[in-house]
Amino acid sequence: MKIIIVGNGMVGYKFCEKLVAKSEVHLDLTVFGEEIRPAYDRVHLSEFFSGKSAEDLQLAPTSWYTEQGIVLIVGDPILAINRKEKTVSSHSGLTMAYDYLVLATGSSAFVPPIPGVEKEGVFIYRTIEDLEMMQAWAPKAKTGAVIGGGLLGLEAAKAMIDLGVTNTHVIEFAPRLMPRQIDDAGSSVLKSKLETLGLSIHTSKNTTEIVGESAISGMRFQDESTLNVDMLVISAGIKPRDELAIAAQLNVGPRGGIVVNQQMFTSDPAILAIGECALFEGMIFGLVAPGYEMAEVAVASILGTEKVFLGFDMSTKLKLIGVDVASFGDPFIAGSEARSIVFEDKNKGIYKRINISKDGKELLGGILIGDAEQYNLLLQTCKNKVVLPPNPEDVILGSRGGESDGGAGVTSLPDEAVICSCEAVTKGEICGHVIDGAVSIEEIKKCTKAGTGCGGCVPMVKDLVNYTLKSQGIYVRNVICEHFAYSRQELLDLVRLQDLRSYDAVLTAHGNGDGCETCKPLVSSILASLWNELILDKGNDTAQDSNDRFLANIQKGGTYSVVPRIPGGEITPDKLIVIGQVAKEFNLYTKITGGQRIDLFGAHLSDLPIIWEQLIAAGFESGHAYGKALRTVKSCVGSTWCRFGLHDSVSFAIQIEERYRGIRAPHKIKGGVSGCIRECAEAQSKDFGIIATEKGWNLHVCGNGGSKPQHALLLASDLDSETCIRFIDRFLMFYIKTADPLTRTATWLNKLDGGMDYLRNVVVNDSLGIGSELESEMQSLVDNYVCEWKAAVENPEFRKRFSHFVNAPEEKDPTVQFDELRYQKKAQAWK
Amino acid sequence: MVETTKQHWILACPTHDVPENGGVCVKVGDQQIAIFNFTRRGEWYATQNECPHRHQMALSRGMIGSAGEEPKVACPFHKKTFSLKSGECLSGDECSIATYPVEVREGNVFLLIDSHEL
Repeated sequence: MKIIIVGNGMVGYKFCEKLVAKSEVHLDLTVFGEEIRPAYDRVHLSEFFSGKSAEDLQLAPTSWYTEQGIVLIVGDPILAINRKEKTVSSHSGLTMAYDYLVLATGSSAFVPPIPGVEKEGVFIYRTIEDLEMMQAWAPKAKTGAVIGGGLLGLEAAKAMIDLGVTNTHVIEFAPRLMPRQIDDAGSSVLKSKLETLGLSIHTSKNTTEIVGESAISGMRFQDESTLNVDMLVISAGIKPRDELAIAAQLNVGPRGGIVVNQQMFTSDPAILAIGECALFEGMIFGLVAPGYEMAEVAVASILGTEKVFLGFDMSTKLKLIGVDVASFGDPFIAGSEARSIVFEDKNKGIYKRINISKDGKELLGGILIGDAEQYNLLLQTCKNKVVLPPNPEDVILGSRGGESDGGAGVTSLPDEAVICSCEAVTKGEICGHVIDGAVSIEEIKKCTKAGTGCGGCVPMVKDLVNYTLKSQGIYVRNVICEHFAYSRQELLDLVRLQDLRSYDAVLTAHGNGDGCETCKPLVSSILASLWNELILDKGNDTAQDSNDRFLANIQKGGTYSVVPRIPGGEITPDKLIVIGQVAKEFNLYTKITGGQRIDLFGAHLSDLPIIWEQLIAAGFESGHAYGKALRTVKSCVGSTWCRFGLHDSVSFAIQIEERYRGIRAPHKIKGGVSGCIRECAEAQSKDFGIIATEKGWNLHVCGNGGSKPQHALLLASDLDSETCIRFIDRFLMFYIKTADPLTRTATWLNKLDGGMDYLRNVVVNDSLGIGSELESEMQSLVDNYVCEWKAAVENPEFRKRFSHFVNAPEEKDPTVQFDELRYQKKAQAWK
Repeated sequence: MVETTKQHWILACPTHDVPENGGVCVKVGDQQIAIFNFTRRGEWYATQNECPHRHQMALSRGMIGSAGEEPKVACPFHKKTFSLKSGECLSGDECSIATYPVEVREGNVFLLIDSHEL
């Protein structure tokens, strides 16, 4: 059987995927795509601007199609269908025969016929090419506008902000934002929330003209007002791509769209249409989930199995510029058959409305703005007609007083409840896989594909996994080890609230047994992160990892390495000479590290205090290379010498390194400061990276090198030095307080619900209202700093601990042996 | 013929030389022995100082703790753990370590060791 698919968008791709999975016989499958790229994730298109590449967005690499035996022809649009001969012909001149033809041509942006839309600087927001053109234009633009305050329009506005056009206007023709999804009250809450984030919102505004010479310079409206803008994105809706169908004389709707029946067949029994080009019962479904459902139905129709499309729930949840917006069921229903419960908090920018049946038993629909945590549950309650609790307002406000209903949410759903609507995965399927041994969200994603589409159901899938495991009697809490039944974050809060200051006190108060090599360094790190007291004090020395206990890195053979701090990598010749002298005197191997400092290897334990005495006398401090702590803030030479440098990156790096030196965290922290966009300090590979701009500093966070390199993402731009430090204070403290043990910032961010948008909201917009708390906590750590090596060499009790033989302190470990390599020593190989 | 090895109690160090809930290394002839002051359990242990995994003289610098009821030490190099009682490796390796009886008398720590180790 020969099947040709016209269109390689998300739905066209999904059709291929489902067909290959379902079909038992070999199919001759050919896909024509108009764009030059194979199908990519259009839903997450705006992430292209926040750092994802075109490859990241790809749904499957070209090799996938080859492996599945699918012929993929991209960049070659189909120009005509010959229904009589059952062939299609393409732009490049190919003519190919089909048994079934599937039209998945999607939609294009609807561009209203406003005079001037052809001007330079006016864009649509649809494909990666559109985005690339916007990207090229944006640096020239100061003020931007988006026509369309719907879902896509607001996405486009976010894209503008990501592109650095921070002064952006949203122009909506209707009296409210997202007119199809939310009501007036919801719109006004959303509007004020978006305005605090820097967008200007204009509703009931009708654009009459786009003015300017060859390029746009402004807009004129029906109310005779004007707006000066130098970039405009039109996102006023979609238009089904039905031109092929029209030319082939298939039935189309009066306002466009290829008419399909319940089996997705068009008026020609050999031609099907799916996705945004298909018109079902007078409606175009502009979301990905119904498109996927159509793909599934079309596959069934071609393979001759029974499946019909029954319309689709258009409930949706999204995060717009960090603001949750959701609408489900019938969000607007009113009248005698329905009652509405509305909760509004103008202070926090939260609006919730649920519509319930007259008898108060059934949830009919609703709207959530500012906080959509309950969305999945409400959607399921609505879809499955789960009976509401006696006080229905509890479902949006939580039960206030009385016992909590805890996880009753997911448990009350029937097995048929569709949890992932993109992939049509039910609760029963997910729970079944958990029972069969898929115990993590990643495994569930692999075997059911749930959560791989829009990702909205992931929290609910997580809940289901945990609930099923629990019901199987499997313990699922993310606990530290057998001695502490808490997560790191929980224990940190307990230690802080009860002002505990030693490992033993924490173990006695909250643990059981005698501790171990997992919880000891973890608790020690918590104590240091909270109080920043000397880690060798209060009996805490033996609760440290060996490196922290001896304030040096243990190396092969049992000797230690010594790393003095060289802030920003700047060092005087005199200090360099001291390092050389010390290395010579104690016969140490020297190497420049990746963090712009010098590591001295091969020191005997008993030599450490004498070595440090000399280094401290020359003005050095501990470099904390041995700790899960700030390592270095790498810098380029910056404006003091470099002809490209915009600011003095070295001075800023030194200031920052000295601010955070000695601060303990769940893992090591590295920073970087570059004096210009050439980025010679490689700051974007650091936990926090600062890059000079014309107007200040751009702050990037959560990057790392190592085994899984990840670039840091932009947190905020054009900051002055003081704000930059304030944001780093907040960011680091938030990380310190919430990360799992031994998790670097990149992994922490990857696990953080809401990702970078959420983090930016917490750090930059202070959405949790903890900004000043985080700053003052950081300030107290900074104020408590002392060089621990200085404290160690000055205290005879501490100093005594640095010997190999307690009964022969002057003797060195005789088993330590060195070999020679390139005129220096090296540790002997493992035996 | 049966060869019997003679065992001796020897003075290792004063108790205050061994940090609470931690270890030190003592030199006994050519031998290196790790002594652990497990204050939390009110117990003392002694083992060989060499970690059998990579033959490093490091166990005395390791963190001690418990796995269930079993007292253990973790080598600072690769975190292999060994029972302080039986010397058995608790991380699933074949290797094990020697342990020695310990006694505390009048503020001093004594070890019972084979005389040929002196």
